[in-house]
Amino acid sequence: MTSIEQTGTAPPSPPTKIFIRRHSVSTRITHWINVLCLTLLLMSGMQIFNADPQLHWGNYGAVEDPSWFEIASIPAGDNITGTVRIGRLSITTTGILGASTADGEMIPRAFPAWATIPSYQDLAAGRRWHFFFAWLFVINGLVYLFYGLVGGHFRHDLAPTAQDIAPRNIWHEIKDHARLRFPQGEKARHYNALQKLTYLIVIFILLPLMIGSGLTMSPAMDAGYPFLLDIFGGRQSARSIHFITAWSLVAFVVVHIAMVILSGLWNNIRSMVTGRYAIINEETDR
Amino acid sequence: MSAIFSRRRFLIGSAASLGAIGLTGCDDITQSRHVQQVLSLAERLTMGTQRLIVSPQALAREYTDADVSPSFHPNGSTQPNSAEYVQMVETKFADWRLKIDGMVNRPMEFSLADLKKLPSRTQITRHDCVEGWSAIGKWQGVPLGLILQTAGLKPGARYAVFYCADELEQTLDGSGRYYESIDLIDAFHPQSILAYSLNGKDLEVAHGAPLRLRVERHLGYKHAKYVMRIEIRERFDDLWGGNGGFWEDRGYEWYAGI
Repeated sequence: MTSIEQTGTAPPSPPTKIFIRRHSVSTRITHWINVLCLTLLLMSGMQIFNADPQLHWGNYGAVEDPSWFEIASIPAGDNITGTVRIGRLSITTTGILGASTADGEMIPRAFPAWATIPSYQDLAAGRRWHFFFAWLFVINGLVYLFYGLVGGHFRHDLAPTAQDIAPRNIWHEIKDHARLRFPQGEKARHYNALQKLTYLIVIFILLPLMIGSGLTMSPAMDAGYPFLLDIFGGRQSARSIHFITAWSLVAFVVVHIAMVILSGLWNNIRSMVTGRYAIINEETDR
Repeated sequence: MSAIFSRRRFLIGSAASLGAIGLTGCDDITQSRHVQQVLSLAERLTMGTQRLIVSPQALAREYTDADVSPSFHPNGSTQPNSAEYVQMVETKFADWRLKIDGMVNRPMEFSLADLKKLPSRTQITRHDCVEGWSAIGKWQGVPLGLILQTAGLKPGARYAVFYCADELEQTLDGSGRYYESIDLIDAFHPQSILAYSLNGKDLEVAHGAPLRLRVERHLGYKHAKYVMRIEIRERFDDLWGGNGGFWEDRGYEWYAGI
């Protein structure tokens, strides 16, 4: 080895592929249970939303009161026009939102049949699905938190280092992500700063907001824990925040899946199923 | 049968059901009886948990006059059309009597004037519909607990069942009649009142005249309108659909605290 370094004419060492254990078994199991829960919660949540497809702010709000968001179905002759209104801005969404086809017929419906559980309008059934998977989601989340704290997942994998959160590093990572250049080699062993920050926002802000705003819609919980109403600014505000946060999570999932595909679909999926993640070292780091 | 075979069968079964979700939509699954039974576990878990972590005496938030909804949205039945009810509206409920019977020591009857003479409670509370909307109103009425104490409950009494004048679904066999049931924890809750007034005026027909239940820690469908009779019972599974209420018989949870 010494002689090679001295001569400096060594051929580049061939790329070496090594496997690391990327995700612990608790992370993997809770991840996939989360996939199931969030999918069914979103679909049953849209079913529940369809029963009263408008959002208000404050303590009260019903059809007579001003709403800041509405998915409306407007009869127009023999047809139905679907619109989404945010404040005063109205967009025609016929075919998807407000008016969509079910069994070949255009019907007034906020979210379309293909997106809801059950596909037909049934608030009672939607609620049963929603609350069952809300419980599973909460229990799963508690298991994840327990292993995250005890097993060191939060400390070792998610807590950003000082180097991570240096503005220069974050700017650098944003540029790399925009160019679809993802960390390779040794750097791929750990989450990058953008990953860490995104996961922390999802785990410690969005998901707790989801649960808290959901519980604030429960009249019994409001009686036992009236501070919930103060935190969220009233039951109708909580319903709005529940809706906004749900779609923020959908936005996260869209970007998350895009990143999974672009940064190595098979390797990423394998690491979340079996835990094994391949790292290719192009050159030996000394 | 070997363990491996049954595990393989389980895996194939799981994969097949996941495939079914993806391919045919979920309606076969949503309508399956087994699935419904599993999903309904959540209601028991929710009720058990909420009863554990919310004190039986915890009060729903009471608001101020300034918070009252400009117009309180009427929902469900808004104009019962039976001949008896129409007659009662015409006579301003002069002949209406609230009956209290079942497992009580003293079955009783109250006219509207009788009820208005009893001590009353006034509360400005939020009405939360299962559909998602809320309305705030100022209710005045007789504490249900006071009425039940006066009648005296027999041992074994567990539920108060409310029989209403409205038929929300027109049927020949009477199964469309509105009814509701609550247990004694909610019946004796300080904010559970039999309300005869909304926002300072006698209850309008659309809001359940002459008398509606307020059971503030529950969703709107528990707040029976047009109450004619309260029966104290040990069970409700022998009434109509067996689930303890009009909407409960149509798939909604009996425990409506969420």
